[in-house]
Amino acid sequence: MSYEPVIGLEVHVQMSTDSKIFCTCSNKFGSEPNTNVCPVCLGMPGVLPVLNEKVVEYTVKAGLALNCQIRKKSVFARKNYFYPDLPKAYQISQYELPICEHGYIDIELEDGTQKRIGITRIHIEEDAGKLNHEAGCSLVDLNRTGTPLMEIVSEPDLRSAEEAKAYLMKLKTILEYIEVSDCNMEEGSMRCDANVSIRPDSNAPFGTRAEIKNVNSFRNVERAIKYEQKRQEKVLNEGGKIVQETRLFNADTGITASMRGKEDAHDYRYFPDPDLVPIVLEDKFIDDLKEWMPELPDAKRARFMSEYGLSGMDADFLVSAKAYGQYFEQAVKAHNNPKAVCNWIMGELMRRLNDKQCTIFEAGISPENLAEIVKLIDEGKISGNIAKQVFDETAETGKNPSEIVAEKGLVQNSNEDELEAIVKQVLDANPAETERFKGGEVKLQGFFMGQIMKASKGKANPAVVAPLLKKLTS
Amino acid sequence: MRKKVIISFLIKTIEVCKVSQTVSKKDVLHIATLARLKFDDEQAERFTNDLNNILGYIDKLNELNTDNIEPTSHALDIYTVTRPDKAEASLSNEDAIRNAPQSENGMFRVPKVIE
Repeated sequence: MSYEPVIGLEVHVQMSTDSKIFCTCSNKFGSEPNTNVCPVCLGMPGVLPVLNEKVVEYTVKAGLALNCQIRKKSVFARKNYFYPDLPKAYQISQYELPICEHGYIDIELEDGTQKRIGITRIHIEEDAGKLNHEAGCSLVDLNRTGTPLMEIVSEPDLRSAEEAKAYLMKLKTILEYIEVSDCNMEEGSMRCDANVSIRPDSNAPFGTRAEIKNVNSFRNVERAIKYEQKRQEKVLNEGGKIVQETRLFNADTGITASMRGKEDAHDYRYFPDPDLVPIVLEDKFIDDLKEWMPELPDAKRARFMSEYGLSGMDADFLVSAKAYGQYFEQAVKAHNNPKAVCNWIMGELMRRLNDKQCTIFEAGISPENLAEIVKLIDEGKISGNIAKQVFDETAETGKNPSEIVAEKGLVQNSNEDELEAIVKQVLDANPAETERFKGGEVKLQGFFMGQIMKASKGKANPAVVAPLLKKLTS
Repeated sequence: MRKKVIISFLIKTIEVCKVSQTVSKKDVLHIATLARLKFDDEQAERFTNDLNNILGYIDKLNELNTDNIEPTSHALDIYTVTRPDKAEASLSNEDAIRNAPQSENGMFRVPKVIE
């Protein structure tokens, strides 16, 4: 029997503030253990948390970017549980009155259609510390305690592991655009829990769900959901029942396992935190942030397609990271050939980014230099092959492309007489191929163009060579 | 700390009783488990009794009509107290773990947490 999965995601996003949420300790990642801690985040008695204003700003920005309603009055609550990574034995969170509600994002499915995924709520909370498990003991580092988090909860609108991944990637892109988080899943600045259930068909009521924790990469989100889906199918097909429980995903084995002994874990005894007063937002505060909002990926994609005549695929690529779009527009401003600029970014530049493991603006080639290379091709001054050589030289030396072309004598040869001599020479050197080509074997065109390029050291202008080749073989 | 635990224990109890109206001994033991408190039989009986009395007293509040009144989440009439996002010096690692009964490599050492 086949089933349809029903998936909802809870995503925790660490905000990239300078200081922690309720104290002035540094919020930077990777410090020596227990060096970014103070009486507040250590949970000492008698301390008073004071809310970081940036945390409110960032969460409202996220709410607006994710089409949420912003609640004018929201309240902090204590979530009570005992665990060694939580020194106060409660986490300050929001419960009944979260700051953002009722949002959505649109994701692109593989068949090119769009699907709207509801966002139930976004609330503010503090992160817990980090446990290092050793033989016989656990060691607690509380640097992460009090890192500001927003928890973004989706509606159970996702119907496959692929949709879940697409949702996560879209979410990450949007949050990067508004610069509220690094969204680095591997470093833990974006973490995801998945609620997964299955049902016989899309009209059946939702089945009992399992909550999958500990998923730390986009690929693992897909793997964990697919595994969990299969596991639940097997249970049902064997006549069993799904138990509502928390399961831990193991990236090494690819399976999820029940976290036993957590039956009481969901009895958190929330109550309003008496140490913190409610947040009341003025209309002006929200309006100013709306005003501030940059162009988001969906709008940018539409504009790139209409303004630059790019395909949906090209536009998708360019909006997938904010910097790509910036780089692209800067290059197009310098030389107006959007399609060619986009191809160079997706091809040579991305190859270099992969090799060097750097960002687009660190690759050694400025948007203006890339534009100049495309311009040199468009003006017929260099060939595509030479252009790749110029690209590498520019990236390595930082010199500008025209300079390199002039210095190295790389200018394309468009002189008909000179090129005719080269074409003749190539034809003479390959009599058998010449006969076949004359006999109508059209695919040899590529072979001859290649040979001519080689003979001219890559400098022959293909636009001049092609008619010459035709003339001399007809 | 002890006081805090008892207060949250009471608050939870009040929540439970909104539903069940009275606290049973089972409720008391369940909440005690969540709060990591251990009561013997006699204590549990006494708490059940005490809490029912307290709740009976608090129940008097139900005589008031609160239909059009927004729930109070804080006793003070002030809102949105924030500070600028500015990082300042933290404690030294030595000071941070000074109170730890056991420590290792600058971290708090606790009994192994099994997941």
